[in-house]
Order: sequence, then C-alpha cells, then structure tokens
Amino acid sequence: MASAYTPGLKIVSKTLVEKDRKLPLLGEVRVKKGDKVKAESVVASTNLPGNVFMVNIANLLSVEPHEINDFLKKKEGDFVEKDDIIAETNGFFGFFKSCVRSPIKGSIENLSTATGQAVLREPPIPVEVHAYVDGEIDDIYPKEGVKIKTTATYIQGIFGIGGEVTGLLEMVSQSPDAVLEKDDIKPVHAGKIIVGGSLVTAEALQRAIEVGVRGVIVGGYDAHDLKEFLGYDLGVAITGTEEKGITLVVTEGFGKIQMAHKTYELLKAAEGMKTSINGATQIRAGVIRPEVIIPLKVEGHEEQVHKGNNGMLVGTSVRIIRQPHFGEVAKVVNLPEKPVIIESEAKVRVVDIETTSGLKLTLPRANVEIIEE
Amino acid sequence: MSKTEITSILATDCGSTTTKAILIEKRDNVFRLVVRGEAPTTVEAPVEDVTQGVLNAVSEVQELAGRQILTDDGKAIIKPIKDGKGVDLYVSTSSAGGGLQMMVSGVVKTMSGESATRAALGAGAIVMDVLATNDGRLPHQKIQRIRHLRPDMILLSGGVDGGTKSHVIALAEIIAAASPKARLGAGYELPVLYAGNKDAQSEIKDTLGNKVALDITENLRPSMESENLMPTRQKIQHLFLEHVMSHAPGYPHLMELTDEDIMPTPGAVGDIMQLISRKKNLTVVGADIGGATTDVFSVFQGIYNKSVSANYGMSYSISNVFAEAGLDNIMRWVPFEMDERDLRNRVKNKMIRPTTIPYLLEELMVEQACAREALRLSFDQHRSLAVGLKGIQQERTIGDVFEQTMTGETLVNLKDLNMLIGSGGVLSHAPRRQQTAMMLIDAFLPEGITQLTVDSIFMMPQLGVLAKVHEEAALSVFERDCLIYLGTCVAPTGIVKKAGEPVLDYVLTKQNGDVLKGTVNGGELNVVKLSVGETAKIVIHPKRNYDMGNGAGKEFEGEVHGGVVGLIFDTRGRPFKFPTDNAERVKLVKSWYKALDLYPGL
Repeated sequence: MASAYTPGLKIVSKTLVEKDRKLPLLGEVRVKKGDKVKAESVVASTNLPGNVFMVNIANLLSVEPHEINDFLKKKEGDFVEKDDIIAETNGFFGFFKSCVRSPIKGSIENLSTATGQAVLREPPIPVEVHAYVDGEIDDIYPKEGVKIKTTATYIQGIFGIGGEVTGLLEMVSQSPDAVLEKDDIKPVHAGKIIVGGSLVTAEALQRAIEVGVRGVIVGGYDAHDLKEFLGYDLGVAITGTEEKGITLVVTEGFGKIQMAHKTYELLKAAEGMKTSINGATQIRAGVIRPEVIIPLKVEGHEEQVHKGNNGMLVGTSVRIIRQPHFGEVAKVVNLPEKPVIIESEAKVRVVDIETTSGLKLTLPRANVEIIEE
Repeated sequence: MSKTEITSILATDCGSTTTKAILIEKRDNVFRLVVRGEAPTTVEAPVEDVTQGVLNAVSEVQELAGRQILTDDGKAIIKPIKDGKGVDLYVSTSSAGGGLQMMVSGVVKTMSGESATRAALGAGAIVMDVLATNDGRLPHQKIQRIRHLRPDMILLSGGVDGGTKSHVIALAEIIAAASPKARLGAGYELPVLYAGNKDAQSEIKDTLGNKVALDITENLRPSMESENLMPTRQKIQHLFLEHVMSHAPGYPHLMELTDEDIMPTPGAVGDIMQLISRKKNLTVVGADIGGATTDVFSVFQGIYNKSVSANYGMSYSISNVFAEAGLDNIMRWVPFEMDERDLRNRVKNKMIRPTTIPYLLEELMVEQACAREALRLSFDQHRSLAVGLKGIQQERTIGDVFEQTMTGETLVNLKDLNMLIGSGGVLSHAPRRQQTAMMLIDAFLPEGITQLTVDSIFMMPQLGVLAKVHEEAALSVFERDCLIYLGTCVAPTGIVKKAGEPVLDYVLTKQNGDVLKGTVNGGELNVVKLSVGETAKIVIHPKRNYDMGNGAGKEFEGEVHGGVVGLIFDTRGRPFKFPTDNAERVKLVKSWYKALDLYPGL
C-alpha cells in the first residue's frame, strides 16, 4: 500500500467558508438573513448587568439610617458620574459639610433607610460578537447568533498562536524561502497581516508587535522562540487565547521550513485583500487548525473539491518531514515493496526519492508527505 | 457462530497515532498469529473517521496474508470466512481519543480550586484553566472560555460539606449556560464530575443533569482542613476511559463493523497483565506507552491497579513529556551533545507530524530518551494512585494548601516486583531488544531481581479484547507469539560512592551444571549470557552498603530467568546520579550502552 502521511491541511483557492458566530449568553441578533456584513460588523450583542458597589451613607455622614433621606442629593434611578455627590449634610452655616461621593460612574439602584446603604450599579457591560469575515448572513440562531457564509481562499496552518484578527494582506518576504527579519518590518505594516517565507525570527515578531502588525503568516517558527515568547514551554498544543498583541499562523512546522509553493502563491495572489486569520490550534483527536480566510469578491459560491490523498506514485511530489533533509521537496522515483533496514536499524517500508537539488535518497514512507498540487 | 467454528480472527487496536491489525488463524488445531499490519490512525482531516485507518491496516494485513479480507469496495470486512475470503470474528480496542485536558472549578481559587487542580493533575490530566467564583472574570468571560477550550471533562468542586451551597450552584449554572459540547462533537455528552458540597448534590443534578454526562463523587474538600482527592482521581480515570479515550471521530461507524463492543485499550491491556500475574503467580508492573497516553498497571499483594497518564506519550504528547521532564532529564540519557534549539524543533515537529519515525541513529537515541522519561513520569503517577482499594484522607491546613503531598502509602514496592512488562511502539518495535531492556530498567529502576519482558509486536491490546470473547485463542497466541523474554535485571539498592569499587560478588549455577562466578563494580552495567528458557540459581554477596533484599551486606539467593538479552547486572546504584560534568556523563552513558551493545558504532 503506497500511502503517505499527510496532515490533511486544507489549502484551496476558492471555497465556501461557513462560520458560526454566537454570543456567550442569550441576547439580540443585530442582523437578518441575507445581510451583507463586514468582518468588523456587530452581528449579535447583549448587555451584562454592571458590577454593584455598596456605599454606607449613614456611616459616612454619621447619621441614623432612617435619616438619610434628609441628606440625599440623588434619588433611585438617577445616573451618577464618578465623584458626584450622592448625599451631603447641611453643615454649620454652610461650613463643615460632610458629603458622600459616588465611587463609580453608573446609576443609583437602591437607597435603603433600613441599613442606610446605597446600592450603585456600573453601566451595563456590552458583549458583542463580530462577523470576523466579510460575508453574508446565511442563518440566524435566535437570541444566540448567526451563521455567516463567504466565498474565500482558505488556508489551514499547522500551528498558531493568538485569536481572531483582520487586516489587509501584505507580502513582506519576497520568496517562500526568505527569512522574515526585524528590518523587513516597517511602520507601514501597522494594522496589516504580513506574510513571511521560511521563518520569522524572534526579533522580527517582536518588531511586528511594536509597529502594530495584526498577524503574521509564515512557513516556520523556532520552538525555542515560542517558549521565550509565551514565557512557558508549551506541552500540549492548545492555543488561541494568548494575548500577545499579535496572531501567528505557521503553515509548515518548527524551525526554518520553506513555505509550500502553493500556499505562498495563493497568498501572493491575494496581496492587498482583506484577510481574517485565527491562530487557535488544538492538536489532538478532533483537531483544530489555525486558518487564513481571504474573502473573494465573487458572486455565488463555487465549491472547489479538496483532493484527498490517493497515495504515492512514481512522480508524486513529496516533502521530507523529518531529519535528514527535513523540509526539502522531492519527487518519488521508486516505491520498493519490501521493508528495508535504515540507519537507525529499524526495518520499514521506504520510498526512493530525488530532491530538487538532484540528491537521491531512500527514506521511510512515514517521513514524507504528499504535496498536493 | 459458535466458538468451536471460529478459525480466523481479525483484531485491531486504534491508537492515537497508529492503527494496528493482527490476523489470528487456527492451524493444526492451534491459534497462531499469522500477520500484522498497520496504518496511520485517521482522526484528523480530511478523513476524520477512525474506520478508514482500520481499513487501511486491514488492507496491509490482506496483502501480507495473501488473501482477501475486505469486501471488493474495501469498505467492510467479509464475515464469516467463505471460500478463503474474510474472517469469522472481528474485535477492536481504541485509545484514539488521545489525551485528557480538563477544566476545573472551585468556589475559592486558592482553596477548592487548588484542591481540584491537584486531583486532576494526580489523575493524569492537563488542567487548561481554573474557574473560580473569585477569579476576577465575569460570567460571560467564563462561558466563552469553556466554549473556546473545549475541555474533555470538567471537574466542579467547591463548598465544604454542610456549608453554603449558593456559590457552587452558581458555578454549575455557568457551566450549564456554556452548554459545553464534547470534543468529538455530536452524539457524545461532555463528562462533568461534581466533587463539592454534598448538600448541593440535588441542585447540581437539577442544573446540569440534562445538559452533560454528570457524575457525582465525594467532596474533595469536605472541610477547610481536610482534602480527600483519591475518590475524585479514581473517578476521573474511570470517566476518561469511558467517555474520552476510546472515542474518536467515526467511532459509531467502527462499532458497526465489530462483533463485540470496542474496548478502551488500557482495559484490554490491563486484563492481559492480570492474566499474566494470575497464571504465573507473580507481582507485575506493566506499561503500555502510546502516542498520546501511557498506561501503567501493577499487581501487588493481589491488588490490581491501573493508571492512565493521559498526556505522556511518544507523538501527540511528546512535547508535554519534554516540558514536564525538562531538557536536562531528557538529555541525560543521550550520549552526545545536541543544540537545544534544534532539539526543541525536532520534538515539536514530531508532535505536529506524529507518524514519522527516526531515520538517523541519533534521532532514535533521543526518542528512546524521551520514552524513558515518559515511562518514569507515568510510573511516578501510578505509584501515587496505586494505594489500594481506598484512598486515605489527608489532613490539610490553610497553611499548607500549596504543598503537594501524597495521600496514602503506595502499594508498589520495587523490591517485591517479579516481572516488568513493556508494550507500545517504542518498546515493542525498538530495533534491538537490548534497547527495550535498557529503557525499562532506566525508567522503572527495578530493585533486587526482576524479570524483563516485552510484547513482541505490540499486540496486547488486541489479545486483551479477544480474551473477552475467545479466551482460548487469546491465550494460545499470547503464550506462543506475544511475550518476549528479555532476561533478568539484578540491581542492589545503595548509593555508589565511588565508581569502580566492588558492589557484589555472584555465583551463578546454570541448569546444565555450569558455574559462573564474578564481581561487579559500582557505576557499571554488565551482561551475562543466559538464553531464553534457561533458568539459573544465583547467590549474591552484596558489599556492606548494598542490599539485594535481605538487608545491607546480607547474602541473597534466588532464581534468574534467561532471555534474548540475558542477565543484566545493574550496579549503578539505587538511586543513581549522573556526573555533573557533561563530558564525563557522555563517557559514562556510552559505557553503559556499550556494555549492552545498545547501538551500532559506539
């Protein structure tokens, strides 16, 4: 059986992308089916009751609780700014007044002559869900949210960090094997999603944060830099909630690895277009991969079928996914049937390949992945 | 079909990384293993159906067996056997669901939240987040967090028994509002374990009963001063096996193909371990190291214990082994220096491309170093869980809430251990059996006399499930084809103060009357040839500071069993330390590996 491992990453130039966008609590859906929305559009929202603050007026004015009504300057339901006077004594001929000021901006919810306390509540906290991608409302989940559909170029990465961001796409590295260096990143990249080649250096990522780049899409990232960047050694690959001021989507793996030609070309073709990316990754059964969504300005939704892995054949393009020659691209030359003893003395089924530089190698079939072209 | 009519059996084990298939056939009235095939497990896109990996592995089996087993369209198994096509019985185990990532919640973050975290960690879970009433987050933020993280299980705790109920109920309401879904999607319910104020159990049932797979156990913090983690830990392990580990995308589809219920892999391997212990009347420690999880089993004093370290493994979990063990602990077993940056990349790349195998010798050495640490960490976890039938409550004061202490005495006593059994890809498929023996010794550090064995080609899970339906076939294959005897490890306890000083003298009397005498020095490994099936009497005279089980310096007499590696004298000391100087360490580790002829070219 001439099968080869492929992580099954979806990389397509035009596909229908559907996204559920839901509120954490029940609320109001702000759009209707068929509406065209932008990534920044609020599609659903709700208000959470503000935090409550207690102020003991009687104690602060040194009066009995039942007397506070005589000194109140505000009544139940009134809005207050921070430091507004809620209650005040008359003082002595207008002097030596005592007063109670509001510790917050909000409203007076309750005034109790039994306890002498005022209950103040901060303004409601709005919770909003944005569309995340430019598209059309395809379905409504009453009080919960919506389903958005869009025709887009869709690229799954292999690993990422950070959450959803949107920006205009800009190719910074001029080839898929170029390293994205600190000096490549300029103030003009602020607010954008930039594309590197085979690696983003730690300094470059830091610089990107400093200038306000929203996201980086790159072939490789160093695992050591990841540890330094996160501040801990990532054991289980569950990411997406990091608040590092940037989202990173790695398309190939750890270390310096040339971005797949197809991925690079798709991104290049979309330069200048509005792009939504999410670094959230969960590598386990029920996997979640980071994603790049570039909505296309086309009518209708033409589905491009994702070609599955039909196995290796002579002539199939493969990439080496383990040392030695990790990351190099090659063509299958022969598929020996019988297992072979390799350098580590393991007896495995192998594939004979020839790299683009002309090097002939025999490697375990498990150590190459098919490049879908 | 009656058992006597069965002549051909197909059994598969769906691991997190690899799906293994074996074909067993009755030939000359005896069941024997015929061929074995494997294929990558297909839990990831674009397939996302574990059945495809099974069919691929069976496809390899039929190629190797030279006969048809799958239907012409390759989508089902022909049953029963007819005209030489198909099999009579198909059974399967599964651990494809992988690791265990939990969210825990407690009313007070530093009290019940801390206790819940300890319970989850002790049960082998990764704690993704701790939700607490006082964690500073608003309800919607907590709900978003639950939804985003997609935990495999939630542990809800809080409130002392007889105390206030409202806070823990409020936490339950947040979980209910999040309406959490199981990681593997529709058709599964998310397990939520309640281990809080016992007086709130009925309200918790009302709040969560219809929304999740709710289970209830004893309060893990029954009072401010006491902590009772063991019932929660045991329950987490149980729920993990039942609800998470064996499940995978496409699981219902696979169930349609099997003749018996799919069994969680650790349950099946555990059955085999118990069988060995019972049949041979031995105390046993066994380990099955997989891609995402490592399971450890023990039978001491007739009590069987099983632990599943859900996040120690050789592919999906290798990065976690690296993070938990630390760079130095991994590298101490590697007989050369390596660039840290390069090593970290290699480990993470194995995690994201889990089916790759080491081509270079140096990569094999690094993977086997990781295996030693994964097994060591898993065994540590097992010891803390294997405390008999009932956990012992630990009195805990507010002052020591941050201290992690063991609850109860472990049953695992290495001096009483008769047999160490290894299973799993990295142990069963090591290119040289010496490597397997060495990994087992380095990870478990057996004391006294311990027989070493390994599952020949990693088929204990399949035999475990087969034993449920056809014990005769399972036992037949187990006896003849499964267990490989590696040899016996002889290891006195005591610290080696000076390398090269004599640690013990021995007299070995073989069955044929041959007598071998020798002295073994500190800090060394020595191998004496003793073939498979051979036994020998051994008399050991440990030196003053060393103990073989009868006391320091006391003579010890026992029986040792041969194997493909032989008799291994491990006089590195228990415990033993590595030299701080790296060049010295490399030299020492090389000398051990050379003594066992572990790798070529050393």
